[in-house]
Amino acid sequence: MLDAALELHPQVALRPEPFGALAYHYGNRRLVFLKHVDMVRVAQDLANHPSLQATLEACQIAPARWPSFAKAFESLQTSEVVRVR
Amino acid sequence: MSVEALVTQLKGGLDAPICLTWELTYACNLQCVHCLSSSGKRDPRELTTAEAKQVLDELRDLQVFYINIGGGEPMVRRDFFELLEYSISQGIGVKFSTNGAFIDFDKAQRLAAMDYLDIQISLDGTDAVTNDAVRGEGSYDMARRAMDNLQAAGFGPFKISVVVTHHNVDQLDEFKALADSYGAQLRVTRLRPSGRGADSWHDLHPTNAQQRQIYNWLLAHGGHDSERPVLTGDSFFHLNALGEEPLPGLNMCGAGRVVCLIDPIGDVYACPFVIHDEFKAGSVRDDGGFAKVWKESELFLELREPQSAGACSSCGSYDACQGGCMAAKFFTGLPLDGPDPECVNGFGEQLLEGVQLASNPKPSMDHTKPVRVTPVSVTLGTTRKPVAVS
Repeated sequence: MLDAALELHPQVALRPEPFGALAYHYGNRRLVFLKHVDMVRVAQDLANHPSLQATLEACQIAPARWPSFAKAFESLQTSEVVRVR
Repeated sequence: MSVEALVTQLKGGLDAPICLTWELTYACNLQCVHCLSSSGKRDPRELTTAEAKQVLDELRDLQVFYINIGGGEPMVRRDFFELLEYSISQGIGVKFSTNGAFIDFDKAQRLAAMDYLDIQISLDGTDAVTNDAVRGEGSYDMARRAMDNLQAAGFGPFKISVVVTHHNVDQLDEFKALADSYGAQLRVTRLRPSGRGADSWHDLHPTNAQQRQIYNWLLAHGGHDSERPVLTGDSFFHLNALGEEPLPGLNMCGAGRVVCLIDPIGDVYACPFVIHDEFKAGSVRDDGGFAKVWKESELFLELREPQSAGACSSCGSYDACQGGCMAAKFFTGLPLDGPDPECVNGFGEQLLEGVQLASNPKPSMDHTKPVRVTPVSVTLGTTRKPVAVS
Protein backbone atom coordinates (compact mmCIF):
# COMPACT_ATOMS: atom_id res chain seq x y z
CA MET A 1 0.00 0.00 0.00
CA LEU A 2 2.84 2.40 0.88
CA ASP A 3 4.16 2.13 -2.68
CA ALA A 4 0.83 2.93 -4.32
CA ALA A 5 0.43 6.16 -6.26
CA LEU A 6 -2.90 7.48 -5.01
CA GLU A 7 -5.20 10.42 -5.47
CA LEU A 8 -8.47 11.65 -4.04
CA HIS A 9 -11.33 10.28 -6.12
CA PRO A 10 -12.52 13.12 -8.40
CA GLN A 11 -16.11 12.60 -7.24
CA VAL A 12 -15.18 13.05 -3.58
CA ALA A 13 -15.58 16.28 -1.64
CA LEU A 14 -13.82 16.85 1.69
CA ARG A 15 -15.35 19.05 4.36
CA PRO A 16 -13.02 20.01 7.22
CA GLU A 17 -14.40 19.31 10.70
CA PRO A 18 -12.84 19.64 14.19
CA PHE A 19 -12.06 15.89 14.31
CA GLY A 20 -10.68 15.67 10.75
CA ALA A 21 -13.02 15.77 7.78
CA LEU A 22 -16.14 14.37 6.24
CA ALA A 23 -15.66 12.83 2.82
CA TYR A 24 -18.68 12.51 0.57
CA HIS A 25 -18.63 10.49 -2.62
CA TYR A 26 -21.15 11.93 -5.07
CA GLY A 27 -21.07 8.72 -7.12
CA ASN A 28 -21.73 5.99 -4.56
CA ARG A 29 -23.23 8.54 -2.12
CA ARG A 30 -21.27 7.24 0.81
CA LEU A 31 -20.27 9.46 3.67
CA VAL A 32 -16.93 8.55 5.22
CA PHE A 33 -15.25 10.00 8.29
CA LEU A 34 -11.57 10.93 8.13
CA LYS A 35 -10.92 10.69 11.82
CA HIS A 36 -7.73 12.69 12.19
CA VAL A 37 -6.53 16.04 10.83
CA ASP A 38 -3.29 14.38 9.68
CA MET A 39 -5.30 11.95 7.55
CA VAL A 40 -6.88 14.93 5.86
CA ARG A 41 -3.54 16.61 5.16
CA VAL A 42 -2.17 13.43 3.65
CA ALA A 43 -5.31 12.75 1.58
CA GLN A 44 -5.18 16.24 0.10
CA ASP A 45 -1.50 15.94 -0.76
CA LEU A 46 -1.55 12.45 -2.34
CA ALA A 47 -1.64 13.56 -5.96
CA ASN A 48 1.54 15.64 -5.54
CA HIS A 49 3.79 12.68 -4.71
CA PRO A 50 4.78 9.43 -6.41
CA SER A 51 3.56 7.17 -3.57
CA LEU A 52 1.69 7.10 -0.29
CA GLN A 53 5.02 6.76 1.52
CA ALA A 54 6.43 9.82 -0.24
CA THR A 55 3.31 11.72 0.77
CA LEU A 56 3.69 10.63 4.40
CA GLU A 57 7.31 11.81 4.35
CA ALA A 58 6.35 15.13 2.79
CA CYS A 59 3.64 15.62 5.42
CA GLN A 60 6.17 14.78 8.16
CA ILE A 61 4.24 11.84 9.54
CA ALA A 62 6.48 9.83 11.91
CA PRO A 63 7.43 6.44 10.37
CA ALA A 64 6.00 4.67 13.44
CA ARG A 65 2.55 5.76 12.31
CA TRP A 66 2.93 4.62 8.68
CA PRO A 67 1.41 1.15 9.18
CA SER A 68 -1.79 2.64 10.60
CA PHE A 69 -1.93 5.16 7.74
CA ALA A 70 -1.41 2.33 5.23
CA LYS A 71 -4.33 0.48 6.79
CA ALA A 72 -6.54 3.57 6.86
CA PHE A 73 -5.84 4.40 3.21
CA GLU A 74 -6.52 0.83 2.21
CA SER A 75 -10.00 1.18 3.69
CA LEU A 76 -10.41 4.58 2.02
CA GLN A 77 -9.55 2.91 -1.27
CA THR A 78 -12.23 0.27 -0.69
CA SER A 79 -14.84 2.97 -0.12
CA GLU A 80 -13.49 4.81 -3.20
CA VAL A 81 -12.54 7.96 -1.29
CA VAL A 82 -9.07 7.58 -2.83
CA ARG A 83 -8.03 5.63 -5.90
CA VAL A 84 -4.89 4.47 -7.68
CA ARG A 85 -3.86 6.93 -10.34
CA MET B 1 -10.10 7.12 16.57
CA SER B 2 -12.67 4.61 17.83
CA VAL B 3 -16.37 4.78 16.96
CA GLU B 4 -17.07 5.91 20.55
CA ALA B 5 -14.59 8.77 20.26
CA LEU B 6 -16.10 9.79 16.93
CA VAL B 7 -19.61 9.76 18.40
CA THR B 8 -18.37 11.96 21.26
CA GLN B 9 -17.01 14.39 18.66
CA LEU B 10 -20.24 14.36 16.69
CA LYS B 11 -22.26 15.05 19.83
CA GLY B 12 -20.23 18.21 20.23
CA GLY B 13 -21.60 19.36 16.88
CA LEU B 14 -20.27 19.78 13.37
CA ASP B 15 -19.46 22.95 11.42
CA ALA B 16 -22.50 22.17 9.24
CA PRO B 17 -25.17 19.49 9.40
CA ILE B 18 -24.55 16.12 7.74
CA CYS B 19 -28.18 15.41 7.32
CA LEU B 20 -30.44 18.36 6.79
CA THR B 21 -34.16 17.92 6.24
CA TRP B 22 -36.06 20.64 4.45
CA GLU B 23 -39.82 20.46 4.38
CA LEU B 24 -40.59 22.51 1.27
CA THR B 25 -44.30 22.98 1.89
CA TYR B 26 -47.04 22.20 4.39
CA ALA B 27 -49.42 21.60 1.46
CA CYS B 28 -50.33 17.98 0.92
CA ASN B 29 -52.87 16.00 -1.05
CA LEU B 30 -52.97 13.45 1.77
CA GLN B 31 -53.69 13.74 5.50
CA CYS B 32 -51.78 10.84 7.04
CA VAL B 33 -52.80 10.24 10.64
CA HIS B 34 -49.16 10.18 11.80
CA CYS B 35 -47.91 13.20 9.80
CA LEU B 36 -44.93 14.67 11.67
CA SER B 37 -45.61 18.16 10.38
CA SER B 38 -49.45 18.16 10.61
CA SER B 39 -49.47 19.01 6.92
CA GLY B 40 -52.43 19.74 4.67
CA LYS B 41 -52.85 23.44 3.85
CA ARG B 42 -50.15 25.56 2.27
CA ASP B 43 -48.78 28.19 4.65
CA PRO B 44 -49.01 31.66 3.06
CA ARG B 45 -45.63 32.55 4.60
CA GLU B 46 -43.90 29.76 2.63
CA LEU B 47 -40.37 30.62 1.37
CA THR B 48 -40.42 32.03 -2.15
CA THR B 49 -38.40 30.53 -4.98
CA ALA B 50 -35.77 33.27 -4.60
CA GLU B 51 -35.53 32.75 -0.85
CA ALA B 52 -35.24 28.99 -1.30
CA LYS B 53 -32.39 29.46 -3.78
CA GLN B 54 -30.65 31.76 -1.32
CA VAL B 55 -30.83 29.01 1.31
CA LEU B 56 -29.36 26.56 -1.22
CA ASP B 57 -26.50 29.00 -1.91
CA GLU B 58 -25.78 29.07 1.80
CA LEU B 59 -25.87 25.28 2.09
CA ARG B 60 -23.45 25.04 -0.84
CA ASP B 61 -21.05 27.43 0.92
CA LEU B 62 -21.32 25.31 4.09
CA GLN B 63 -20.53 22.22 2.01
CA VAL B 64 -23.73 20.41 2.91
CA PHE B 65 -23.38 17.41 0.61
CA TYR B 66 -27.03 16.51 0.29
CA ILE B 67 -30.42 17.47 1.64
CA ASN B 68 -33.53 15.50 2.45
CA ILE B 69 -36.55 17.21 0.99
CA GLY B 70 -40.01 16.52 2.34
CA GLY B 71 -43.23 18.25 3.25
CA GLY B 72 -46.17 18.09 3.04
CA GLU B 73 -45.93 16.79 -0.46
CA PRO B 74 -42.93 18.61 -1.96
CA MET B 75 -44.00 17.98 -5.56
CA VAL B 76 -47.04 20.21 -4.94
CA ARG B 77 -44.76 23.25 -5.21
CA ARG B 78 -44.82 24.71 -8.70
CA ASP B 79 -41.09 25.42 -8.53
CA PHE B 80 -40.28 21.89 -7.33
CA PHE B 81 -38.25 20.91 -10.39
CA GLU B 82 -36.62 24.32 -10.56
CA LEU B 83 -35.37 23.99 -6.96
CA LEU B 84 -34.33 20.39 -7.54
CA GLU B 85 -32.26 21.31 -10.56
CA TYR B 86 -30.80 24.35 -8.84
CA SER B 87 -29.73 22.34 -5.80
CA ILE B 88 -28.04 19.67 -7.90
CA SER B 89 -26.31 22.30 -10.03
CA GLN B 90 -24.81 23.71 -6.81
CA GLY B 91 -23.35 20.31 -5.88
CA ILE B 92 -26.01 19.55 -3.27
CA GLY B 93 -27.48 16.10 -3.84
CA VAL B 94 -31.18 15.68 -3.16
CA LYS B 95 -33.17 12.90 -1.58
CA PHE B 96 -36.86 13.64 -1.55
CA SER B 97 -39.80 11.95 0.10
CA THR B 98 -43.08 11.79 -1.72
CA ASN B 99 -46.39 9.98 -1.64
CA GLY B 100 -45.99 9.48 -5.37
CA ALA B 101 -49.21 11.18 -6.45
CA PHE B 102 -47.45 13.36 -9.01
CA ILE B 103 -45.00 10.84 -10.44
CA ASP B 104 -46.63 9.97 -13.75
CA PHE B 105 -44.54 8.41 -16.51
CA ASP B 106 -43.39 11.78 -17.90
CA LYS B 107 -42.22 13.02 -14.51
CA ALA B 108 -40.57 9.66 -13.83
CA GLN B 109 -38.57 10.05 -17.04
CA ARG B 110 -37.57 13.57 -16.10
CA LEU B 111 -36.44 12.38 -12.66
CA ALA B 112 -34.59 9.41 -14.15
CA ALA B 113 -32.50 11.78 -16.28
CA MET B 114 -31.13 13.62 -13.20
CA ASP B 115 -27.93 12.78 -11.29
CA TYR B 116 -27.44 12.97 -7.54
CA LEU B 117 -31.10 12.34 -6.90
CA ASP B 118 -32.75 9.81 -4.60
CA ILE B 119 -36.47 9.30 -4.24
CA GLN B 120 -38.30 7.84 -1.27
CA ILE B 121 -41.85 6.70 -1.79
CA SER B 122 -43.79 6.45 1.47
CA LEU B 123 -45.78 3.29 2.05
CA ASP B 124 -47.14 2.06 5.38
CA GLY B 125 -48.67 -1.27 4.41
CA THR B 126 -48.07 -3.98 1.83
CA ASP B 127 -51.78 -4.03 1.09
CA ALA B 128 -54.24 -1.21 0.53
CA VAL B 129 -56.25 -1.92 3.69
CA THR B 130 -53.27 -1.62 6.04
CA ASN B 131 -51.70 1.31 4.20
CA ASP B 132 -54.82 3.36 3.53
CA ALA B 133 -55.96 3.18 7.16
CA VAL B 134 -52.97 5.41 7.98
CA ARG B 135 -52.29 7.30 4.76
CA GLY B 136 -55.81 7.72 3.38
CA GLU B 137 -57.97 6.09 0.78
CA GLY B 138 -56.31 5.47 -2.59
CA SER B 139 -52.81 6.20 -1.28
CA TYR B 140 -51.61 2.60 -1.69
CA ASP B 141 -52.47 2.51 -5.40
CA MET B 142 -50.96 6.00 -5.78
CA ALA B 143 -47.62 4.86 -4.33
CA ARG B 144 -47.53 1.65 -6.35
CA ARG B 145 -48.29 3.58 -9.57
CA ALA B 146 -45.36 5.90 -8.86
CA MET B 147 -43.07 2.89 -8.25
CA ASP B 148 -44.23 1.29 -11.51
CA ASN B 149 -43.55 4.53 -13.37
CA LEU B 150 -40.08 4.95 -11.87
CA GLN B 151 -39.26 1.37 -12.78
CA ALA B 152 -40.59 1.77 -16.34
CA ALA B 153 -38.59 4.99 -16.75
CA GLY B 154 -35.40 3.24 -15.62
CA PHE B 155 -34.87 5.48 -12.59
CA GLY B 156 -32.82 2.79 -10.84
CA PRO B 157 -32.87 1.91 -7.17
CA PHE B 158 -35.36 4.25 -5.50
CA LYS B 159 -36.31 3.81 -1.83
CA ILE B 160 -39.50 2.63 -0.21
CA SER B 161 -39.97 4.34 3.14
CA VAL B 162 -42.04 2.69 5.86
CA VAL B 163 -43.06 3.95 9.29
CA VAL B 164 -43.24 0.84 11.44
CA THR B 165 -46.49 0.57 13.40
CA HIS B 166 -48.39 -1.90 15.53
CA HIS B 167 -50.36 -2.79 12.39
CA ASN B 168 -47.63 -3.32 9.78
CA VAL B 169 -44.80 -4.79 11.86
CA ASP B 170 -45.74 -8.30 10.72
CA GLN B 171 -45.30 -7.20 7.11
CA LEU B 172 -41.57 -6.39 7.32
CA ASP B 173 -40.65 -9.45 5.22
CA GLU B 174 -43.30 -8.53 2.67
CA PHE B 175 -42.01 -4.94 2.50
CA LYS B 176 -38.53 -6.32 1.83
CA ALA B 177 -39.86 -8.62 -0.87
CA LEU B 178 -41.76 -5.73 -2.47
CA ALA B 179 -38.62 -3.55 -2.46
CA ASP B 180 -36.59 -6.41 -3.94
CA SER B 181 -39.16 -6.91 -6.69
CA TYR B 182 -38.49 -3.31 -7.82
CA GLY B 183 -34.74 -3.48 -7.21
CA ALA B 184 -35.49 -0.80 -4.60
CA GLN B 185 -33.98 -0.21 -1.16
CA LEU B 186 -36.18 -0.50 1.91
CA ARG B 187 -36.07 2.16 4.61
CA VAL B 188 -37.96 1.65 7.86
CA THR B 189 -38.25 4.33 10.50
CA ARG B 190 -39.67 4.75 13.94
CA LEU B 191 -43.15 6.16 14.52
CA ARG B 192 -42.93 9.40 16.48
CA PRO B 193 -45.74 11.02 18.47
CA SER B 194 -45.08 14.29 16.60
CA GLY B 195 -47.51 16.42 14.61
CA ARG B 196 -50.76 14.52 14.06
CA GLY B 197 -48.83 11.51 15.35
CA ALA B 198 -49.43 12.89 18.85
CA ASP B 199 -53.07 11.84 18.51
CA SER B 200 -52.53 8.51 16.73
CA TRP B 201 -49.40 7.31 18.56
CA HIS B 202 -51.20 5.44 21.33
CA ASP B 203 -53.08 3.40 18.73
CA LEU B 204 -50.23 2.94 16.26
CA HIS B 205 -47.03 2.41 18.21
CA PRO B 206 -45.56 -1.11 18.42
CA THR B 207 -45.91 -3.17 21.60
CA ASN B 208 -42.85 -4.16 23.58
CA ALA B 209 -42.93 -7.65 22.03
CA GLN B 210 -43.09 -6.05 18.59
CA GLN B 211 -40.11 -3.85 19.42
CA ARG B 212 -38.04 -7.01 19.97
CA GLN B 213 -39.34 -8.29 16.66
CA ILE B 214 -38.12 -5.06 14.96
CA TYR B 215 -34.72 -5.24 16.66
CA ASN B 216 -34.11 -8.84 15.59
CA TRP B 217 -35.35 -8.16 12.08
CA LEU B 218 -33.05 -5.13 11.69
CA LEU B 219 -30.05 -7.09 12.97
CA ALA B 220 -30.75 -9.66 10.26
CA HIS B 221 -31.36 -7.17 7.44
CA GLY B 222 -29.63 -3.88 8.27
CA GLY B 223 -25.97 -4.85 8.00
CA HIS B 224 -23.75 -3.55 5.23
CA ASP B 225 -22.90 -7.11 4.22
CA SER B 226 -26.28 -7.50 2.55
CA GLU B 227 -26.55 -6.28 -1.02
CA ARG B 228 -29.16 -3.64 -0.28
CA PRO B 229 -29.16 -3.18 3.49
CA VAL B 230 -32.38 -1.96 5.06
CA LEU B 231 -31.92 1.68 6.11
CA THR B 232 -33.30 3.15 9.33
CA GLY B 233 -32.12 6.76 9.45
CA ASP B 234 -30.55 5.69 12.77
CA SER B 235 -34.04 5.93 14.28
CA PHE B 236 -34.19 2.77 16.39
CA PHE B 237 -31.23 3.27 18.71
CA HIS B 238 -33.52 3.03 21.76
CA LEU B 239 -33.84 -0.70 20.89
CA ASN B 240 -30.13 -1.32 21.52
CA ALA B 241 -30.94 -2.04 25.16
CA LEU B 242 -32.49 -5.30 23.93
CA GLY B 243 -29.22 -7.10 23.25
CA GLU B 244 -25.48 -7.13 23.12
CA GLU B 245 -25.26 -6.32 19.43
CA PRO B 246 -26.00 -2.70 18.52
CA LEU B 247 -28.03 -1.95 15.40
CA PRO B 248 -26.03 -0.73 12.38
CA GLY B 249 -25.52 3.05 12.47
CA LEU B 250 -24.08 5.70 14.77
CA ASN B 251 -26.81 5.11 17.33
CA MET B 252 -26.99 8.62 18.71
CA CYS B 253 -29.51 11.46 18.70
CA GLY B 254 -28.25 13.93 16.12
CA ALA B 255 -30.68 16.74 16.89
CA GLY B 256 -28.95 20.11 16.56
CA ARG B 257 -25.59 18.31 16.43
CA VAL B 258 -25.44 16.66 13.01
CA VAL B 259 -29.12 17.00 12.01
CA CYS B 260 -31.68 19.76 11.78
CA LEU B 261 -34.88 20.75 10.03
CA ILE B 262 -35.80 23.78 7.94
CA ASP B 263 -39.58 24.08 7.78
CA PRO B 264 -41.56 25.55 4.84
CA ILE B 265 -41.54 29.07 6.28
CA GLY B 266 -37.81 28.97 6.98
CA ASP B 267 -37.89 28.22 10.70
CA VAL B 268 -35.03 26.00 11.85
CA TYR B 269 -35.76 23.20 14.33
CA ALA B 270 -33.45 20.72 16.05
CA CYS B 271 -34.81 17.76 14.09
CA PRO B 272 -37.73 16.82 11.82
CA PHE B 273 -39.68 15.39 14.76
CA VAL B 274 -39.83 18.47 16.99
CA ILE B 275 -41.77 21.16 15.16
CA HIS B 276 -42.54 23.06 18.35
CA ASP B 277 -41.49 26.50 19.65
CA GLU B 278 -39.44 24.84 22.37
CA PHE B 279 -37.09 23.37 19.75
CA LYS B 280 -37.02 26.30 17.33
CA ALA B 281 -33.48 27.64 16.97
CA GLY B 282 -34.22 30.56 14.63
CA SER B 283 -35.09 31.27 11.02
CA VAL B 284 -33.21 31.32 7.72
CA ARG B 285 -34.86 34.72 7.27
CA ASP B 286 -32.97 36.16 10.29
CA ASP B 287 -29.80 38.23 9.80
CA GLY B 288 -26.92 35.83 9.30
CA GLY B 289 -29.20 33.25 7.72
CA PHE B 290 -29.03 29.54 8.30
CA ALA B 291 -25.29 29.46 9.08
CA LYS B 292 -25.72 31.77 12.07
CA VAL B 293 -28.61 29.70 13.43
CA TRP B 294 -26.59 26.49 13.04
CA LYS B 295 -23.42 27.89 14.58
CA GLU B 296 -24.70 30.27 17.23
CA SER B 297 -28.27 29.58 18.32
CA GLU B 298 -28.63 29.11 22.04
CA LEU B 299 -30.68 25.93 21.59
CA PHE B 300 -28.15 24.20 19.35
CA LEU B 301 -25.21 25.18 21.54
CA GLU B 302 -27.07 23.75 24.52
CA LEU B 303 -27.80 20.48 22.69
CA ARG B 304 -24.08 20.14 21.94
CA GLU B 305 -23.23 20.18 25.65
CA PRO B 306 -22.99 16.81 27.43
CA GLN B 307 -26.54 15.69 28.27
CA SER B 308 -27.64 14.44 31.66
CA ALA B 309 -28.94 10.88 31.92
CA GLY B 310 -31.27 12.07 34.69
CA ALA B 311 -33.63 9.36 35.90
CA CYS B 312 -31.90 6.88 33.57
CA SER B 313 -28.46 7.21 35.14
CA SER B 314 -29.03 4.27 37.49
CA CYS B 315 -30.16 1.98 34.63
CA GLY B 316 -27.50 -0.29 33.16
CA SER B 317 -28.90 0.13 29.66
CA TYR B 318 -28.30 3.86 29.29
CA ASP B 319 -25.05 3.51 27.36
CA ALA B 320 -26.86 1.35 24.82
CA CYS B 321 -30.14 3.26 24.41
CA GLN B 322 -28.95 6.82 25.24
CA GLY B 323 -32.29 7.47 26.91
CA GLY B 324 -34.05 7.23 23.56
CA CYS B 325 -35.67 9.97 21.49
CA MET B 326 -36.12 13.54 22.70
CA ALA B 327 -39.16 14.11 20.47
CA ALA B 328 -40.90 10.93 21.65
CA LYS B 329 -40.47 12.01 25.26
CA PHE B 330 -41.52 15.60 24.69
CA PHE B 331 -44.76 14.91 22.85
CA THR B 332 -45.87 12.18 25.26
CA GLY B 333 -45.39 14.57 28.17
CA LEU B 334 -42.35 12.82 29.67
CA PRO B 335 -39.29 14.63 31.07
CA LEU B 336 -36.42 14.88 28.57
CA ASP B 337 -33.86 13.53 31.04
CA GLY B 338 -35.73 10.29 31.66
CA PRO B 339 -36.81 7.15 29.80
CA ASP B 340 -38.27 7.06 26.32
CA PRO B 341 -42.01 6.25 26.24
CA GLU B 342 -41.02 3.05 24.41
CA CYS B 343 -38.16 2.21 26.81
CA VAL B 344 -37.65 -1.52 26.25
CA ASN B 345 -37.26 -2.05 30.00
CA GLY B 346 -40.76 -0.68 30.53
CA PHE B 347 -39.72 2.40 32.55
CA GLY B 348 -41.37 4.76 30.06
CA GLU B 349 -44.66 2.89 30.17
CA GLN B 350 -44.79 3.23 33.94
CA LEU B 351 -44.26 6.98 33.69
CA LEU B 352 -46.85 7.39 30.93
CA GLU B 353 -49.54 6.12 33.29
CA GLY B 354 -49.05 9.22 35.39
CA VAL B 355 -49.24 11.67 32.49
CA GLN B 356 -52.44 13.61 31.90
CA LEU B 357 -53.06 13.29 28.15
CA ALA B 358 -54.70 16.70 27.96
CA SER B 359 -51.58 18.39 29.30
CA ASN B 360 -49.20 17.03 26.64
CA PRO B 361 -47.46 19.66 24.52
CA LYS B 362 -49.33 20.23 21.29
CA PRO B 363 -47.61 21.10 18.00
CA SER B 364 -47.17 24.88 17.75
CA MET B 365 -48.61 24.87 14.26
CA ASP B 366 -51.29 22.78 12.62
CA HIS B 367 -51.87 22.85 8.87
CA THR B 368 -54.46 20.07 8.90
CA LYS B 369 -57.26 20.77 6.45
CA PRO B 370 -60.72 21.19 7.93
CA VAL B 371 -62.61 17.88 7.87
CA ARG B 372 -64.89 17.61 4.86
CA VAL B 373 -68.26 16.22 5.75
CA THR B 374 -68.37 13.43 3.19
CA PRO B 375 -68.63 9.69 3.66
CA VAL B 376 -65.00 9.35 2.51
CA SER B 377 -63.42 11.12 5.45
CA VAL B 378 -65.38 9.22 8.09
CA THR B 379 -64.18 5.85 6.84
CA LEU B 380 -60.63 6.73 7.91
CA GLY B 381 -59.50 4.49 10.69
CA THR B 382 -62.43 2.10 10.45
CA THR B 383 -60.92 0.04 7.64
CA ARG B 384 -57.96 -1.05 9.73
CA LYS B 385 -56.99 -4.67 9.47
CA PRO B 386 -57.66 -6.70 12.62
CA VAL B 387 -54.61 -6.73 14.84
CA ALA B 388 -52.46 -9.79 14.34
CA VAL B 389 -51.47 -11.44 17.60
CA SER B 390 -47.89 -12.65 17.56
